[in-house]
Amino acid sequence: MNTFSFYILPGVIGFIIVFGLFKNVPLFDTFILGAKDGLSSAFSIAPSLIGLIVAVSMLKASGALDIITSLLAPIGNLIAIPKETIPLMLLRPISGSGALALVDSIFKSCGPDSFPGRVASVMMGSTETTFYVLAVYFGAVGIKNTRHALPVALTADFASFILSVLTVRLFFS
Amino acid sequence: MLNYIWGALILISIVCAVFTGNVKPLSDAILTGASDAIGLVISMAGMMSLWTGLLEIANKGGLTTVLTRLFKPVIKHLFKEYPEDSPAIHAICMNITANLLGLDNAATPLGISAMKEMNKANKTSTVANNSMVIFTVMNTASIQLVPTMMSVLRQKYNSASPFDVLPVIWVSSFIALAIGVILAKLFEK
Repeated sequence: MNTFSFYILPGVIGFIIVFGLFKNVPLFDTFILGAKDGLSSAFSIAPSLIGLIVAVSMLKASGALDIITSLLAPIGNLIAIPKETIPLMLLRPISGSGALALVDSIFKSCGPDSFPGRVASVMMGSTETTFYVLAVYFGAVGIKNTRHALPVALTADFASFILSVLTVRLFFS
Repeated sequence: MLNYIWGALILISIVCAVFTGNVKPLSDAILTGASDAIGLVISMAGMMSLWTGLLEIANKGGLTTVLTRLFKPVIKHLFKEYPEDSPAIHAICMNITANLLGLDNAATPLGISAMKEMNKANKTSTVANNSMVIFTVMNTASIQLVPTMMSVLRQKYNSASPFDVLPVIWVSSFIALAIGVILAKLFEK
């Protein structure tokens, strides 16, 4: 598993370069064009990250995050979810930047290769900002009645959280 | 909604800090939190930029078209309300490909145009049809093959192997996607 994972990045990049060469794409010029786009979108999330990382740091420093986490821990224990990741489950469907701020704080306190750190990584990587996606997509075409979309999407998110715990246990034990 | 949640998080913190006597750490956290956020943005910006640059090469070479062709047989079964070569199906496939590659900036406009195409055939235009529900549910599940942001964050905190969670993410998100689609189908009636 470990050695395989080191091949992912060089492998994907190598594939893209060979593919681009094969298709006669002007490699570097095209790269610059796309990279410029990525840079501006990375900085465009800065304001929301500042707001939410400050809020999460405050929550942590005040002791409120510990209180919330230990209050919710019994529910987590019931389904064997690490307690550090419970606030993440609550915030993930609502705010992408907020969830990133929480993952950042979990990594800081437990480390990325700890059990909660890995579960948080998988939770973050296998779900989306559900409320935002629904609001943008249905809002764009003026749909008022979204029928079963929200309950189904949230159930799938919840399934994803449970699966994150199960798969991390399965792959890394 | 986020307006209230954000406000609540901050107010709860302040009240809690007063009661637990953690006002000094709270004040420190405000000062360091803001600069931590910029540090995080800077550490992710390089990789995000590199990644979108590489994907632009793949995109220009027509990788999206190839992948789109690959998905069509599966997609047309899920969206039976639309003929196989309709603009709606095409836009849906393009959106899924963009999501798979992690091209967030491209995925959203493609998704919106897919919604618009679907709504054209939808008689009652303020009520979502079955296809629109499945499509949005698919978009609320993450199908990104290489979650770059997550990997950079893991690297930042000295993970021994930032990418070792990828296969786990694939398994978890694929099953969750399947659950979402099956549930959406079950509730169609």
